[in-house]
Amino acid sequence: MKKLLVLTTALSAVAYSAQADVTVMSWGGSYTTSQVEAYHKPYTAATGKNVVSVDSDNPAPAVKAMVEAGNVTVDVADVEYADAVRLCDDGMLEPIGMDALPPGADGTPAADDFLPGAVTDCAVATIVFSTIYAYDTTKFPEAPTTVADFFNLEKFPGKRAMRKGAKANLEMALMADGVPAADVYATLATPEGVDRAFAELDKIKKDTIWWEAGAQPPQLLADGEVAMTTAYNGRIFAAAVAEGKPFGTVWDGQVYEYDLYVIPKGAPNKDEALEFVKFATSTQALADQAKWIAYGPSRKSSAALVGLFNDGKTEMAPYMPTNPDNMKNALGSSYEFWVDHDAELNERFNAWLAAN
Amino acid sequence: MADISPAPLTTSDGRPLKAALASAQARAKWRAFLLVVPLLLFIVLTFLVPIGYMLQRSFQHDGFSANVPALAAWFDANPGVTEPDEAAYKALVTDLAQMQVDKTPGQAGTRINYTVPGTISLFKGAARKAAEMQPPYKDALLADSAQWGEPKLWAAMREAASPYTTDFYRVATDRKRAADGGWERGSDQERIYIFLFVKTFLLSGAVTVICLLLAFPIAHLLATLPMSKSSLLMILVLLPFWTSLLVRTSSWIAILQEQGVINDLLVWMHVLGEDGRVRMVYNQTGTVIVMTHILLPFMVLPLYSVMRTIPPSYARAARSLGATSWTTFRRVYLPQTLPGIAAGSLLVFILAVGYYITPALVGGADGQLISNMIQFHMAKSNWSLAAALAAMLLVAVMVLYWLYDRLIGIDRLKLG
Repeated sequence: MKKLLVLTTALSAVAYSAQADVTVMSWGGSYTTSQVEAYHKPYTAATGKNVVSVDSDNPAPAVKAMVEAGNVTVDVADVEYADAVRLCDDGMLEPIGMDALPPGADGTPAADDFLPGAVTDCAVATIVFSTIYAYDTTKFPEAPTTVADFFNLEKFPGKRAMRKGAKANLEMALMADGVPAADVYATLATPEGVDRAFAELDKIKKDTIWWEAGAQPPQLLADGEVAMTTAYNGRIFAAAVAEGKPFGTVWDGQVYEYDLYVIPKGAPNKDEALEFVKFATSTQALADQAKWIAYGPSRKSSAALVGLFNDGKTEMAPYMPTNPDNMKNALGSSYEFWVDHDAELNERFNAWLAAN
Repeated sequence: MADISPAPLTTSDGRPLKAALASAQARAKWRAFLLVVPLLLFIVLTFLVPIGYMLQRSFQHDGFSANVPALAAWFDANPGVTEPDEAAYKALVTDLAQMQVDKTPGQAGTRINYTVPGTISLFKGAARKAAEMQPPYKDALLADSAQWGEPKLWAAMREAASPYTTDFYRVATDRKRAADGGWERGSDQERIYIFLFVKTFLLSGAVTVICLLLAFPIAHLLATLPMSKSSLLMILVLLPFWTSLLVRTSSWIAILQEQGVINDLLVWMHVLGEDGRVRMVYNQTGTVIVMTHILLPFMVLPLYSVMRTIPPSYARAARSLGATSWTTFRRVYLPQTLPGIAAGSLLVFILAVGYYITPALVGGADGQLISNMIQFHMAKSNWSLAAALAAMLLVAVMVLYWLYDRLIGIDRLKLG
């Protein structure tokens, strides 16, 4: 049956190059660029092995589809925390584990070097990214400063955009409604809390466009289609600093989480994939990635090596989600909560979206 | 009475003629069949097998049942018992401990989580501790979490202990597990699928009607113009037909969006103020406009092929016999185009019902159709629910097809 499926389904068909030594699936846009510059090219230079990069709106469902169909064409995939845990639970990933990982450049053992929770049984975090909201600085004489401002159409009129999905949106809505970051998940676990979050979203529903790919929000802002949008902080940084777009970032109420590398079960070049993951999550490679995009490295030893952006003049620190100034009202995304409530809350979210 | 049954006809070597003919024809039939084999295999492999596999997933899920042999045995031994006893808890703890060894508590929890939200971490947490749990197991599990005593959870586990289930069809019809373990309708904020099914069919109907109204005059013009002019016009119909779906959809976004061509033009002509830009995309309006454009050729082509075969002399005859132009159209021309109308409408409607990319790109919040939900659950790894929704869509389309056959007759369909 599985064999037949291989023949018959072209689910998430991925271009597969026969010469590739390692095929890496990621999220596209400036994020993939940062990985190509910081991981792929140095890896090729060091080992002579090719790295082919393929993009997806979200690699996790593609990994599941490939493993189920028994036709795995990628060796390494970049996924979110809840997905990494879920795929690992379903036995769809190769185990990696802390023991396989090299110590930091300063000699700190991997277990102490990685940030808490950054390494799971099947996944190794590369970066800390954050969902923030960004605004078009030309549209507002007085800049928005709090997460509540995003939901305030009277004070800050203009179209909004948000990711089409429950995650991060519900958390930001609750924080905007005055729930302290520490209480967000406890509140969201109750039916009243969910109602409260949706009531907050109701305030801007009529004026909101829903994006799906991470490259869309900077585009929507640049086109003038929206005045404010939630986005991944690195994408906004890339547009604002590298391309000089008039975008401002509001860190208040940011929701940060890890992105992790996983190796799908049955990856064609499993051993090579592990070597690549070890290389990419080494101190230097993680620090180098911060030259290309404003995501925080998952190793403590990398932090000291993060310096200037690749333009040679922009200090990266203020743009990092983990910068103390940006952490004043920040929420760490809870994968435990989302593993349990993803299905339920997304169903509710979809019903809410479809209702007029 | 004489026996008049004739001797059977035989060939020269004495075999009955009938048998000889059959064997000669059998060979020819085989050869003919061999010609069809590649296509048959292709259809079976690429069409029937995946659809069958998909349908199977909608009522089969062994994520829980495969991991709970002891608990499944208890359920079998105690049919109809809703209150779990100590033996049931013991079986559950045994299975949980084994799951921890096999690393499958997430799998089992995921299956239960489809009907009782919040249970994945419940299973994982309990499985971690299961090996150390001491009897009485009921108290041990309840100490882990009070959720283990809920009738809802036990009802869900009983259902999931068999790999065959109707759970996904229940969820796909907007029902959820009530606190007592039975099923109830979801609250107003939770119901979505029935609403989307109805909306999908209404919207597809609307697109079909608009397509028909737009395509009829075009097809008539194409069919009646001299060949040189009509083939030029035909290119205009076919060109978009040949263009990539994604390209056309993206172009519509550029045209319709608030900073797009149409809005810019209207603002420039002072029809609209700068603040009055109309939102024509990322909503239901966008879905209807773009789907109409993309499906239009599927209406034009069958209509055209039928209209071309209608001799103009019929209409002239009707006029010469005193019919008004309206009567001629209604009583003579229109009835003859019916096979084309029927074919085009069926084609457009069925394509529209399953449309996915266009609503996903231009539909925004309220322009989503049921196919987008199917895709959503594929992406969210709940393939069984996606399969149940797809199966319901398939059945609905089959019913419509059957009705169509009953009312119009499938033999009257003319595609070209």
